[in-house]
Amino acid sequence: MSGLGRLLTDASSLAPQVDGLFWFMTALCGAVALGVICAIVYYSIHYRSGSNANRSGTLANTLPVELTWTLIPSVLFVGVFIWSLFLFVKMHTPPADAQTIYIVAKQWMWKAQHAGGQREINTLHVPLGEPIRLTMTSEDVIHSFFVPAFRVKQDVLPGRYTQLWFMATKLGSYPLFCAEYCGLDHSKMGGEIVVMRPAQFALWLEGHLGAGTLAAQGAALFRAHGCSGCHGANASIHAPDLDGLYGRSVQLAGGSQVIADDRYIRDSILLPDKERVAGYEPLMPSFSGQLSEEDLLALLAYLKSTSIATSEPPAIGSESTHEHE
Amino acid sequence: MSTSDAALAIPSPSRSFWNGDYGLRAWLTTRDHKRIAILYALGITGFFFLGGAAATLIRVNLIEPTGSLLTAETYNKAFTFHGVVMVWFFLIPSIPATLGNFLLPLMIGARDVAFPRLNLASWYLYICGGLFAVASLLAGGVDTGWTFYTPFSTMFSNSNVFLVVIGVFVTGFASILTGLNFIVTIHTLRMPRMTWYRLPLFVWTMYAVSLVMVLATPVLAMTLALIALERLAHLGIFDPALGGDPLLFQHLFWFYSHPAVYIMILPAMGVVSEIIPCFVRRRIFGYRFMTYSILAITVIGFMVWGHHMFVAGQSMYASLVFSIMSFIVAVPSAIKVFNWTATLRKGAITFEAPMLYALGFIGLFMLGGLTGLMLAAPALDIPLTDTYFVVAHFHYVMVGGSVMAYLGGIHYWWPKITGKLYSEGWARAAAILMFFGFNLTFFPQYILGYEGMPRRYHSYLPDFQVLNVLSSAGASILALAYLLPVAYLLWSLRAGAAAGNNPWNARGLEWQTTSPPPKENFLSEPIVREAYAYDEPAP
Repeated sequence: MSGLGRLLTDASSLAPQVDGLFWFMTALCGAVALGVICAIVYYSIHYRSGSNANRSGTLANTLPVELTWTLIPSVLFVGVFIWSLFLFVKMHTPPADAQTIYIVAKQWMWKAQHAGGQREINTLHVPLGEPIRLTMTSEDVIHSFFVPAFRVKQDVLPGRYTQLWFMATKLGSYPLFCAEYCGLDHSKMGGEIVVMRPAQFALWLEGHLGAGTLAAQGAALFRAHGCSGCHGANASIHAPDLDGLYGRSVQLAGGSQVIADDRYIRDSILLPDKERVAGYEPLMPSFSGQLSEEDLLALLAYLKSTSIATSEPPAIGSESTHEHE
Repeated sequence: MSTSDAALAIPSPSRSFWNGDYGLRAWLTTRDHKRIAILYALGITGFFFLGGAAATLIRVNLIEPTGSLLTAETYNKAFTFHGVVMVWFFLIPSIPATLGNFLLPLMIGARDVAFPRLNLASWYLYICGGLFAVASLLAGGVDTGWTFYTPFSTMFSNSNVFLVVIGVFVTGFASILTGLNFIVTIHTLRMPRMTWYRLPLFVWTMYAVSLVMVLATPVLAMTLALIALERLAHLGIFDPALGGDPLLFQHLFWFYSHPAVYIMILPAMGVVSEIIPCFVRRRIFGYRFMTYSILAITVIGFMVWGHHMFVAGQSMYASLVFSIMSFIVAVPSAIKVFNWTATLRKGAITFEAPMLYALGFIGLFMLGGLTGLMLAAPALDIPLTDTYFVVAHFHYVMVGGSVMAYLGGIHYWWPKITGKLYSEGWARAAAILMFFGFNLTFFPQYILGYEGMPRRYHSYLPDFQVLNVLSSAGASILALAYLLPVAYLLWSLRAGAAAGNNPWNARGLEWQTTSPPPKENFLSEPIVREAYAYDEPAP
């Protein structure tokens, strides 16, 4: 595919639905605009000064007509809002079985890490027909991940994770743009998304193996930075056990509870005192400045890999509080 | 001019507000709202052409996909300067500070605004802020975009952010004080019998816009001060590396900057509501609904800022609330468009230059508003935001809408302000040229945005070139159309025929005094009737 086709084709599962809403609204707005313009032109000609049009019988009570053109647009707007609402929620909610690929943006490049440890820059290979979730962060300023052919866009912020998902439905390569102004070479911060058949994608993954899977890289970092010294199985220091932490509910020292998600784990590494687990002393140092965004994502992948997918275990916070009493 | 009007025309008084105290010192220390309006008009015109020069550089650069005219750095500085100058030093003060200052006291039969000294102080704040903006350009420019998104603006940009932020901060106080002045003026200085529902809609919009200026601008001032603090003292407000939150900035910024759009468009609606009844020779259709919709836009306009942040990382539920509010705020705007159109019905319409501008306004504002509706739906905003679709949308509203109305107003009240008539033929030609130049410039940008071209791009994929060349061609026509009025309006000062008091046979109080008005506005007490009493003879 070449030319504008790479941009305008609807290459993701939701793109045709987005286009449906777009063309419906274009038609609706076009009809309203055309109606008003026709009225203006007609009145301008018919009621031009000096014409012999009948000017008697002007409206004494304008209320009914005012209410008509207040209520009709209101009803139409609410209808369009509801349509957009359902589509927006779909666009916002990745399917549960989506595979995660991690994206780190920086001035002015896109870095991607696959679960198998494969890394690429300014290019992202994805399989056809499988839902992909991108978990994204930035090393510096705000960027925005924009693939016109998929009709997806999401700002990528420093200091937090944002998500975007898509399921590619057409083979080919599609332009990737940065859509949030990010400084000098903003317009050069692009790349391409390459959609491959799943079998070819598997071959591509094998041909680009890095230093172990992302989780294995994270496990190595877990030891190298001394995390295992406190959080490991044989640690003498009293620190929460992190095996199976991801996705569980954590009892915090302040009494509140929080789900151990991407954000919580990231914040706990960089700002350990912010949401301390109940029953533990504030002993952990901050690792802010010692870990790159890519390291953090590898650690996250490692902690996720230890998560037990079976029945809901008790919240670690309440458990340790119990031990302490 | 018909013969009955000619009979009304009396020679300009020798002691108009232009005469009397001549000299720079007299002008720079004046407390006359009319002279202050002229001072603003000079400043605003200067900034309009400065911002326009930046726009010219942008459009020339984008003729080639490689952006060969400017370096990326200069291009980024050009669009930042264009945005900052056009928003804060042209659009926001444009109608309120010039036409508003000149006409508000005249329209309500007052001698001046409530606080004439404060009015002059506002102008000095505006100019002072403007000098900071110009200084930031002379010092090398600013590359953040007019939106100053953090942490780029606070911790990453090496340009003169501090200077320009100070400039906008200072000029913001001109807005606040003008708003305060107008609110008090409208409440306390209306002449007897000038009740709220007899006020011209222009005065209603001045009241509404003043409320927005007073309530929203302090939030902008605070936000800019926080940028300065984070930049200078590394106080962690917005940069996550310092413990701040970059989305907090966007919330604060758009809490001002979305209502600011209504600061730009409400006065334009006011101007058009004066022009149309005059050239249709009819009362405005649905006066009461027009006032309600002005107030509805003012209030709901404060509740829609999050529609700028659908892809920014804002919660999905917040986005949905902001989406429905954005649909709701479109209803009163739709009512206004329908009412202006209905005013044409059963009229006796003539098509002098102000009327051409007003009709152009309706069409362009409507297109800008309808595409805004598409952006209010988050499912469409996701692909369209931060592309040229958004650029086209807000230029249709701010340039197609506000600037067309501003120029319509300038043409409509030019005879009143200067006492001279301009060349009607040239004025009509400029209005028509502007309409076509504008559409050629900005309609292709809707398509570019639909195709996915992001905004603020110094270079782009070759696929986008054809539409960019069309847009640049339109911009050159538009530039010519903007230069024409400067020529024929200045010429009218020298050689224009005397206008007479009421060349349009219009009904507002401002037409009952001499052209130009005397320093004290009215030499005899004007007769107050209902607004737009075009079905009754002129008093």
